[in-house]
Amino acid sequence: MDEAAARQAIIDGMQAKKGKSKFYFKDLNSMIPEMKTLQVKKLLGQMVNDQILEYWSSGSTTFYGLKGAGKQHSGEGEE
Amino acid sequence: MAKHETPLLDELEKGPWPSFVSDIKREAASRAKNEKNVEFQIPAEVCEDLLGVVELSYHEGETHWKHGGIVGVFGYGGGVIGRYCDQPQQFPGVAHFHTMRVNQPSGLYYSTDFLRQLCDLWEFRGSGMTNMHGSTGDIVLLGTTTPQLEEVFHELTHKFETDLGGSGSNLRTPSCCLGMSRCEFACYDTQAICHEFTNVYQDFLHRPAFPYKFKFKFDGCPNCCVASIARSDLSFIGLWRDNIRIDQEAVKAYIGGEIPPNGGAHADRDWGKFDIQKEIIDLCPTKCMWMEGDTLKINDKECNHCMHCINAMPRALRIGEDRGCALLLGAKAPILDGAQMGTLIVPFIKVEPPYDPIHELIEKIFDFWMEEGKNRERVGETMKRFGLAKYLEIMDLKPDPRMIKEPRANPYIFWKEEEVPGGWDRKIEDYRSRHQM
Repeated sequence: MDEAAARQAIIDGMQAKKGKSKFYFKDLNSMIPEMKTLQVKKLLGQMVNDQILEYWSSGSTTFYGLKGAGKQHSGEGEE
Repeated sequence: MAKHETPLLDELEKGPWPSFVSDIKREAASRAKNEKNVEFQIPAEVCEDLLGVVELSYHEGETHWKHGGIVGVFGYGGGVIGRYCDQPQQFPGVAHFHTMRVNQPSGLYYSTDFLRQLCDLWEFRGSGMTNMHGSTGDIVLLGTTTPQLEEVFHELTHKFETDLGGSGSNLRTPSCCLGMSRCEFACYDTQAICHEFTNVYQDFLHRPAFPYKFKFKFDGCPNCCVASIARSDLSFIGLWRDNIRIDQEAVKAYIGGEIPPNGGAHADRDWGKFDIQKEIIDLCPTKCMWMEGDTLKINDKECNHCMHCINAMPRALRIGEDRGCALLLGAKAPILDGAQMGTLIVPFIKVEPPYDPIHELIEKIFDFWMEEGKNRERVGETMKRFGLAKYLEIMDLKPDPRMIKEPRANPYIFWKEEEVPGGWDRKIEDYRSRHQM
């Protein structure tokens, strides 16, 4: 799988989950099983830098979300 | 007059102990006076409003903070913890009240100039309130607004030559005791390895990819001054594997009262004459010490490195010369599963740059946990779920009796067929020839 296809798979996978805007790293990792975990980590970092994704952190746990999707700040677990 | 009445918080100023309420009030008064004419970049009344919102929460018994968010600095997935107040009209000074974690220097050595400049920066762009140090070890800068985050980050990285610390599902800021810089018990250079690992694992510190948090802590000896055994996912505890060095003349001096025990600590009252039998030998947990005449003997094979005798008679007893550390995995506080102390996975390893064997093990630990760990599962919980025997096998570590408390208390290792000569097949006649009953 090339990088563009992997990026699209992540975006499609996130959009397909209706009502869910924040994802664990593991959820995204499983969307592109062909890629190694550290490669996925790097790719997600690049997608954050490209402002496609954004981090959401409660302080103890970090999630990934599509930029601008869902609540931008709220209590943990409050979707 | 104070902006908000705080009768409940005022109670916390009574009594002999230091009070965070008094500290916040002092900072509030300093900001109100503003003798240095600081152009505050966040509301000047931030401390007043903090007191107000905390008082309200004490009164109502519920929080008015909203915790978490997307705030951070560009490219970093940690180091900033978003916090907002759900009563922004009543408490505008704390409408945004984000925390920044700053990577502390190894061993917590600062120049006063560094601290002064840091405080000036935080008065200018933040609340002026800090927590030195958070339980992770970081310098914690409490309370600022979203637009200030990048500004503070730029100053920290360009002027202070430091970096943000870890938060969220990241490697957390590694921390260490002050080690060889001041302590004769240090069995390895904790500051050197802490600094090295902070740099090597930089990407794990800033870009989250773990199931949950992960902490390294480096203790130079089993006194565990940074409590790595209880607080870190991978704990490094300094050890020696040869013998405790004994200066018999100094032993005699302790017995004779010429040298005060415990380095002169607890000297505020008269504890009576030092009694080596009662205070040292009888307290040895493995009973491996005894006196032969006026000579102290130690059966070092039985020593479990509790440090009591060395702490009590530091001029007579010194750590051995063949030094390294033990690695313990999986300590944690009780969030999902209960609290756990670290489990010994490597009884002894040399700690020498470039630390290759340690890096190899860490890579395996990370790989397996990232692959198999459940969301919000600490590495110790993953190990527990798989079982120690299986986990050791995956990590390519040899089981060792020192990993358990006592023989047969925990049947944690089972033989496999290929490890037993002849496998599981046996001739009962052969067995009966040796066992008639």
